[in-house]
Amino acid sequence: MATITPYRSGQRPGPDGFAQLVHAEWTKFRTVRGWILGLIVAVVVAAGFGLLTTGASGTICQRTGSGQPHCRPAPQPSFPLGPGGEPVADSFYFVHQPLTRNGTITARVTSLSGLVPANLDSPSLTLRPGTQEWAKAGIIIKQSLKPGSEYAAMMVAAGHGVRMQWNYTADRPGLPGTIGPANPRWLRLTRAGDVITGYDSADGTHWVKTGAVTLPGLPSTVQAGLFAASPDDNPEVQHLGGGIQGGGGPTRATAVIDQVSGFRGPWAGTYIGAASASGIGAANASGIGRYHQAGGRFTVTGSGDIAPVPAGNGGPAATAATVGGYLLGTFAGLIALAVVATMFMTAEYRRNLIRVTLAASPRRGRALAAKAVVISAVAFVTGLAGAGIAVLAGTAVTHARGTYQFPVTGLTEARLIIATGVLAAVSAVFAIAVGSMVRRSAVAVTIVIVTVVLPYFLSLAAVVPSGAADWLLRITPAAGFAVQAPYPRYPQVSVLYSVVSGYYPLGPWTGLAVLCGWTAVALAGAAVLLRRRDA
Amino acid sequence: MQAVAGAGAPAGLARPGRGARTALPDAVHAEWTKLRTLAGTWWLLAAAVAVTIAAGVAVAGTAAPPSGGVPAGAAADPARLSLAGVTLGQAIVALLAVLAVGGEYGTGMIRVTLAATPRRLTMLTAKAVVVTGGAAAAGTVAVLGSVLAGRLILPGRGLSAANGYAVMSLGNGPDLRAAAGSVLYLVLIALLALGLATAVRDSAVGTGLVLGLLYLFPIAGAVVPDQTLARHLEQAAPMTAGLWIQATAGLRSLPLTPWQGLGVLALWALGALILGAAILRLRDA
Repeated sequence: MATITPYRSGQRPGPDGFAQLVHAEWTKFRTVRGWILGLIVAVVVAAGFGLLTTGASGTICQRTGSGQPHCRPAPQPSFPLGPGGEPVADSFYFVHQPLTRNGTITARVTSLSGLVPANLDSPSLTLRPGTQEWAKAGIIIKQSLKPGSEYAAMMVAAGHGVRMQWNYTADRPGLPGTIGPANPRWLRLTRAGDVITGYDSADGTHWVKTGAVTLPGLPSTVQAGLFAASPDDNPEVQHLGGGIQGGGGPTRATAVIDQVSGFRGPWAGTYIGAASASGIGAANASGIGRYHQAGGRFTVTGSGDIAPVPAGNGGPAATAATVGGYLLGTFAGLIALAVVATMFMTAEYRRNLIRVTLAASPRRGRALAAKAVVISAVAFVTGLAGAGIAVLAGTAVTHARGTYQFPVTGLTEARLIIATGVLAAVSAVFAIAVGSMVRRSAVAVTIVIVTVVLPYFLSLAAVVPSGAADWLLRITPAAGFAVQAPYPRYPQVSVLYSVVSGYYPLGPWTGLAVLCGWTAVALAGAAVLLRRRDA
Repeated sequence: MQAVAGAGAPAGLARPGRGARTALPDAVHAEWTKLRTLAGTWWLLAAAVAVTIAAGVAVAGTAAPPSGGVPAGAAADPARLSLAGVTLGQAIVALLAVLAVGGEYGTGMIRVTLAATPRRLTMLTAKAVVVTGGAAAAGTVAVLGSVLAGRLILPGRGLSAANGYAVMSLGNGPDLRAAAGSVLYLVLIALLALGLATAVRDSAVGTGLVLGLLYLFPIAGAVVPDQTLARHLEQAAPMTAGLWIQATAGLRSLPLTPWQGLGVLALWALGALILGAAILRLRDA
């Protein structure tokens, strides 16, 4: 009986590593015209949408509760830059004298009172007694009288107790409590070389160190003295439907300061930064500032603020174009990307191509991983291109129109562009994972859009109350948008930190981690279902 | 061979229907049969109701009256708060409408449908009727549930009669308009989605397009610094303008009246249906 040898192909088996799988998936992706078109659409809408935010028209409108918007010409803001390059407000009333080399200055603040706008609806100048929560007064050591120069200050803030602040962005709490004649606060600043140390005390004998800072730019002779400032009142709320409601206006603060020591020369009173103060405040602030000295007792009145300027609504930079604004199109691009990414998976089920795919790569987890690799790379490039074009075009258009762009460093711009690519990549992987689980294109697209894009939209357009919107942006995959936050939040500046201005409830990396967490869960679910179910 | 008794038409063959043309009621009946025998339809309808009410409860549960200084009514509108779930529920209603036509293209069923109903506009009209019915039914239940939830929750959140906020009641004209208008809104969203899905012939692209259209405009309106342009964008936005039908407070500050706003959405839906119908007639399936 003859032995029959089974047929064996003479060809050597081809390589079937993961790289071949990725290559196969890439071939599938790039040969579908509609998907490439979808990516182009994603880049175009992502880049184009942001351009809408570049053109400040020259009017700014406040929507009052009673009816039609109240419009007036928008001033083009301009701000001095602080030591860190960030735009700052540096306008306050300064009672000062030169201080040469090292020394210690001390003062007691016994009261802080003020005036705030009486009527929030109209920008009238009717005032009533009261203090803005960040109205502040105390002692300060400053590099020079030039706005934006380095400083360190010990102060009493109306609603926040004693603070030590320096160089605009730094803020350290000291003794808490509201001050008054029965509850005064002693403040002290000591200069030793470049190091300035702040102390506070409730009785003038027991001192507690609040903070110490090195200010390398200080010359040997600095300006030191007493100051008072009170930021504009901006009680703005974003009401349902997206309108920003507010009004407010300039406020003023008056501090009574005595037991001043450490000074030798004659006093001079200067209103710092009158030229750079914006809005209605500018006209009045310089008229408000004054001081009165009787014996050892000073009464100092001032308006303005010594603080960083936050971007966007509520702050003085409300009309400025921002890099965050240029990137708002990301969400539109993500919708197109979600459709493409989902179809990359679901089309296989529709056309039964999944059987060929799984026949070629029987290890199902690897097939899914290869798809994830391809789509994340494609989405990363798409996001990078969309964000890069958006930032370049937005900056160019803003310059061409001569409108003010809120400055950011080149490093921040690079971070935002790369972060957008990462956001797109992770979202796309989330989309194919969802697509793999539900297998139906429309359902998968709806799930992805509703979980990734909708919470962001609900928050941005203020469809739901801000408390609910903040929670949505913490726990849903939309938390990932936080990675696009361009500016830090400043607790020492009270304005409306809204999503539309680029402020998110989570930090950039925490937000991205939430999205990655959801993606990991979805991918794990997809892998398990892909192995368990027949294709 | 034995002759068939009675001669004439064999008993097993159906008579042609009422004439050669398929009448609209038959087409509607056929579409209804297709829709109701899909398990997904009932899941989607139930999900639309559940999601709308749940989102409304979540919004009402976190609502707070505006703080001092802001005129009452401008910042908190009990009707809008109660019915806020519609912004989420509409996604599922749109999905239902997209699937009604996109699903047929996906499976190739569309060829059978068009063989049975060669008059394409009749087929589209029948789909529109069925989808309208589904959206209206789900919308009515969802809106009634949302109103009830709002009535129960909002007074406990400080939006009570004592603070100057009327409890939402369907006996009250503006509240009734907000509630009935929300049902109409969902129906128009379904028709818009149906028209667009017929035009693009793909359920995934259709879903992305509809949701993009709905959610894109309001964001543009919120971020455009030019207030005049922003106002025009809001007036043209299917979702923003359409949802003004829910406003019962601060009407004077709206760029359009509530019914005009719903009219904008109706124009969008009409435009989408005309586009879908034109493509349906001009292209091979």
